[in-house]
Amino acid sequence: MKFGVVVFPGSNCDEDAFHAARDVFGQEAEYLWHKDTNLKGADVLILPGGFAHGDYLRTGAMARFSPIMGPVRAFAERGGPVLGICNGFQILLESGLLPGAMLRNRGLKYRCEHVHLRVEQTSTPFTGVARAGQVLRIPIGHGEGNYFAPADLLKQIEANSQVVLRYTDPNGVLSDDWNPNGSVNAIASVCNERRNVVGMMPHPERACEALLGGIDGRVIFESVLSAFASAGSKGPALQMAGQQAVS
Amino acid sequence: MMITPQILERHGLKPDEYDRIVGFMGREPNLTELGIFSVMWSEHCSYKSSRVHLKTLPTQGPQVLQGPGENAGAVDIGEGLAAVFKIESHNHPSFIEPYQGAATGVGGIIRDIFTMGARPIALLNSLRFGSFDVPGTRRLLEGVVAGIAGYGNSIGIPTVGGEIAFEPSYAGNPLVNVFCLGIAKQSDIIKGVASGVGNAVYYVGAKTGRDGIHGATMASAEFDDRSAEKRPAVQVGDPFMEKLLLEACLEVMKTDALVGIQDMGAAGLTCSTTEMGSRGGAGIDIDVALVPQRETGMTPYEIMLSESQERMLLVVKRGREAEVERVFDKWDLHAVHIGEVTDNGLLRVKNHGALVAEIPNRALTDEAPLYTRPMSEPEYLADVQTLDLEALGNVARGFQPSDQNAALLAILGSPTIASKRWIYRQYDHMVRTNTINLPGLGAGVVRIKGTDRALAMSVDGNGRYCYLDPYRGAMLAVAEAARNVACSGAKPLGATNCLNFGNPERPAIMWQFAKAVEGIGAACRALGVPITGGNVSLYNETDGKAIYPTPTIGVVGLLEHADRVVARRFRDAGDAILLFGEGRGELGGSEYLKVVHDIVRGVPPALDLDAERALQALLVQLAGERLLRSAHDCSDGGIAVTVAECCFEAGGIGAEVSIDGVGVAPDARVNVAAALYGESASRVVVSVVPDAVTTVLERAAAANVPARVIGQTGGNRLRMAVAGQIVVDAAVDEAERVWSSTIEQAYAKRVA
Repeated sequence: MKFGVVVFPGSNCDEDAFHAARDVFGQEAEYLWHKDTNLKGADVLILPGGFAHGDYLRTGAMARFSPIMGPVRAFAERGGPVLGICNGFQILLESGLLPGAMLRNRGLKYRCEHVHLRVEQTSTPFTGVARAGQVLRIPIGHGEGNYFAPADLLKQIEANSQVVLRYTDPNGVLSDDWNPNGSVNAIASVCNERRNVVGMMPHPERACEALLGGIDGRVIFESVLSAFASAGSKGPALQMAGQQAVS
Repeated sequence: MMITPQILERHGLKPDEYDRIVGFMGREPNLTELGIFSVMWSEHCSYKSSRVHLKTLPTQGPQVLQGPGENAGAVDIGEGLAAVFKIESHNHPSFIEPYQGAATGVGGIIRDIFTMGARPIALLNSLRFGSFDVPGTRRLLEGVVAGIAGYGNSIGIPTVGGEIAFEPSYAGNPLVNVFCLGIAKQSDIIKGVASGVGNAVYYVGAKTGRDGIHGATMASAEFDDRSAEKRPAVQVGDPFMEKLLLEACLEVMKTDALVGIQDMGAAGLTCSTTEMGSRGGAGIDIDVALVPQRETGMTPYEIMLSESQERMLLVVKRGREAEVERVFDKWDLHAVHIGEVTDNGLLRVKNHGALVAEIPNRALTDEAPLYTRPMSEPEYLADVQTLDLEALGNVARGFQPSDQNAALLAILGSPTIASKRWIYRQYDHMVRTNTINLPGLGAGVVRIKGTDRALAMSVDGNGRYCYLDPYRGAMLAVAEAARNVACSGAKPLGATNCLNFGNPERPAIMWQFAKAVEGIGAACRALGVPITGGNVSLYNETDGKAIYPTPTIGVVGLLEHADRVVARRFRDAGDAILLFGEGRGELGGSEYLKVVHDIVRGVPPALDLDAERALQALLVQLAGERLLRSAHDCSDGGIAVTVAECCFEAGGIGAEVSIDGVGVAPDARVNVAAALYGESASRVVVSVVPDAVTTVLERAAAANVPARVIGQTGGNRLRMAVAGQIVVDAAVDEAERVWSSTIEQAYAKRVA
C-alpha cells in the first residue's frame, strides 16, 4: 500500500508519519510537496501535524490554497482514504472536507501529554480493525484542539455517527476532567458523511513503537492496511466491512 | 561626525578601547565603523573579560570533532555520525520581554546547530527566576515558558527536559539558558568560514528591520531603573520562517555548493561577515543596499547592527549560485547575492556602491581587547561559609524540627523541587518520534533513527553552591550533569557551558568567575567530558547587586542500545532498592536549610572526582547489562527527596528504606535531618530485581563504588528509617499530591 504524506511549508510531523508508514509498517511512502499536483499513485493520504504556513490567518487556513489540495479533494471525492492528524485535521476543516471548526484549548495553553480515547465507531478505513468502545492511549500535542460545531451541525454529526474518537478517562468513561482542551462533546476525531476522510487531533504515529511508550496508535494504520487488503486494487475507494463501496 | 564621549558611552566603549580602534584604523572611525566595533568588542561577542580564563578549559579528546570556536561543538557518536550541541543564554532580553526574549533564545541556539550541517533533534532549557511567591516571578515564568513553547513547538523540535530553580538572587536578572542538540553525518559538518576569492556571499532568510539593534551591547551591561526603555533592543522571532530556513539550508548543504555558512545572531550581519572572514583569513565586500529590508530609510549602521532573526550568511562556490537560489526559491525564501569574498582581509561595507565602512576583519575578532581583570576573594565569603548546626536545633518554622514528615512535604512542595509538569506539558516533547525518556524522568533521551543508538542529555547548575564556593559549586554542576546522563545508561562524551555571572569589572565577581572556570576544568578533565563550546553571560546585575555565580553545564552521552535506557521511577513492587555512594550529612547550601530554616550558609558538599568517575562508569555498565530497573541521583533535597521522587508518577508504588545515621551536630534531630536531606555528592538510588542484587553488588565492589541494599519497593507508603528508627512515614499519594500541586495551583485561577 502506498502512503502519500503531504508536506506544507511548516509541517513538522511529516517525517514521523512517513517513518510510521515506511519503517514501522513496511509500506511504500512518498512525500507530496504542497506546490505539486501529483499524488504519485498514493492509495492513502496523510495530512500530518505541524504549523503549515505558520498558522498565518488561522491555523490551517492558508494550506487549502496550496496546489496539492485540488488533487487531495478529488481523491477524497472519489472515496480515497484521507487521514488528517492534528494540523492536518485543522486543514481538512478549513478546506470544507470535514464539518466543524477548531478553537484554542480552553486552558489557553499548549498541551503535550498522553490522553485516552474511546473508539466510537469502526466504519471508517482508519478504525475498521478497532472495536467500538475500545480505549486507546495516544499522545496529543496541540494548542488549538478545541473542536467546535454549532448546535444544529453538532446534532447532525452525532446523529450520523460521524464522531470517530472521544476523550475519556482510562476506562472509557466520559468526564470533563479528562477532556484536555474543552472540545464539544469531548470530540477528538470526526469523519465526513461518506466516512473516507477522518481528522483526529491525537498523533497515532507517536504511538506505534513500544520504545516510545505505547503502541495503541498502531490500530489506525492496521485498519487502513486491512481495508486496502480487502479492497484489492479497485481504485481509491476502499470497501468497508459490511458496506457497499460507494462509486 | 565627531565621536564624542557621550557617543562612546552609548556604544559601551571605553576611551582606551577607542584609542585602540584609532590605532588599528590609522584614523578616526566614522559612526558606522564605531557601531561595528562596539558590537564586536562588546563583552557578549568578544568575551574580552573571559577569554583568558576559558583558555584553561579542557577542550580535547579522541571523541571531539569540533571544539570551541565554531558555531557549535561536535562529538563522534559512532557509525560515522556526530552529535552537534551547544548551550546559550538569552538572559537580558528575557527580563525585558519574556516571551520574545526566550523565543529568540531558542531560535538562536537552533540556528547555531543547523548552521553546522546538523539537523536539530532536541532542546533543553535551564531557567532561574526570583522567589516563586512574588507575582512578578510568575509573570516572567509564564512568559518565558510560553516563548520557549511557542518557538520550539512551531519549528517542531522537541523540548525533552531541563531544570528550573527559584532564588531571590535572580529576581531582577532571570536566567534563560537554552541547549540544542543535532545530528549530522561527520562528513556533512560545515563550518562558518569564508574563503576563495570571488566566491559569492549570500544573505538568506527574513528581511532586516530595526529590531534588536544594540542587543549585543545591552547584554553587556547591567540593568537600572531605565531598563524598560531598552525594549527596542529585544528581537522578535518567527519560528515558521526559521523552519523554512532550516529545511532550505539542510537541503542546500546536501548540494555541496557551499564553502561556509553562519547564522546571523548577536550583532547580525556584522558578526557573521567578520567572523567568517577572519576564520578564512579572507576579506568580505558587501553592499547593504542589496539587503532585503522590511523598513524604509534604514541606514548602513542600522542594517549592519540589526539583530532581526532568522537570517543566514552563505559563501557559495563560484558558479553554483543558481543551484542555491533554486533551493531557497522552493521554500519561498529570499536568497540575495550581496557581496564577494576578497583576499585583503578587510570588511568593506558599501551602500549603493559607495564605501561606507572599511575595517580589518582581524581587528574586530582576533584583536579584540583581551582583559585580565583584577580578582579578589569576596568579602562575604568567609562569614557565609560558617554554618552553626547547633543553632539549627532551636529554630522551628511552623512545625517541630523533629517532624520529618512535615519537613519532607515542605521540601517536596517547594517550588525548586516541586513537579514542573505544568511547564513541560506546554512543550511538545514528542515531535519527531524519537523521545524515549520523557521530561521529569531524568536526563532527556532521544533515539537515533536508522541505528540502535540513543543520545542522553542533561543541563544542571546550582547558583547557591557557587555563591558559597564557586570552585566546588562549578565542579558539582559538571558532576551532576554527567551523573544524570550516566543514570540513564549513557556514557558522557562532551560538555557545553553557560557561565552566568555579574559585572566582571568588580574583582569579587571576576574571582568567582575564575574559580568557577577552574572547577569546571578540573571536573571535565576527571570525568572525561571536554568542553566543546559554550557561552558567557556577564553583567547579570541590577542596581549593583549581582546574581549568584551560576555556571550551567550541558552534558551529552551515548547509549549504544536505545532499549537499555533507564528512567528514574520505580517499576514494580518487590524490587530491591540500593544506594551507591555514601551520605555524610552535608547540609551546607542545601535545599533543606533554605526551605525549612531560610538559611543560605555553609560549604557545598565535598566531591571526590575519582569516586564520581567510578560511579558513572558503573551506572553505564549496569545499564548495558540490563541490571537496573531504575536510577535516580541524589541532589537537591538529598536522599529523602530522591527516594520520594522515585515513587512519583509510578502508579503509586511505595518504598521502605533504611539509611545510616550521621553525627554532624550535637542535636539528634539535626543529625536525622542531615542524614535525610544532606546533599552529599556521588550518590545514586537504584532499583534492581531481587535476583540481580548479588551481581550488582559484585559489580559495584569491583568498581570500588560503595553499594548496599537499603530497602525495597512496595505498599503505598513512603517509609524511611535513619539509624534504625523510622522518621518518615507518609502516604505516597499525599506526598505526590503536594509535590505536583505547587506550580499548577499558582496558575490555577485560569480555566483549566
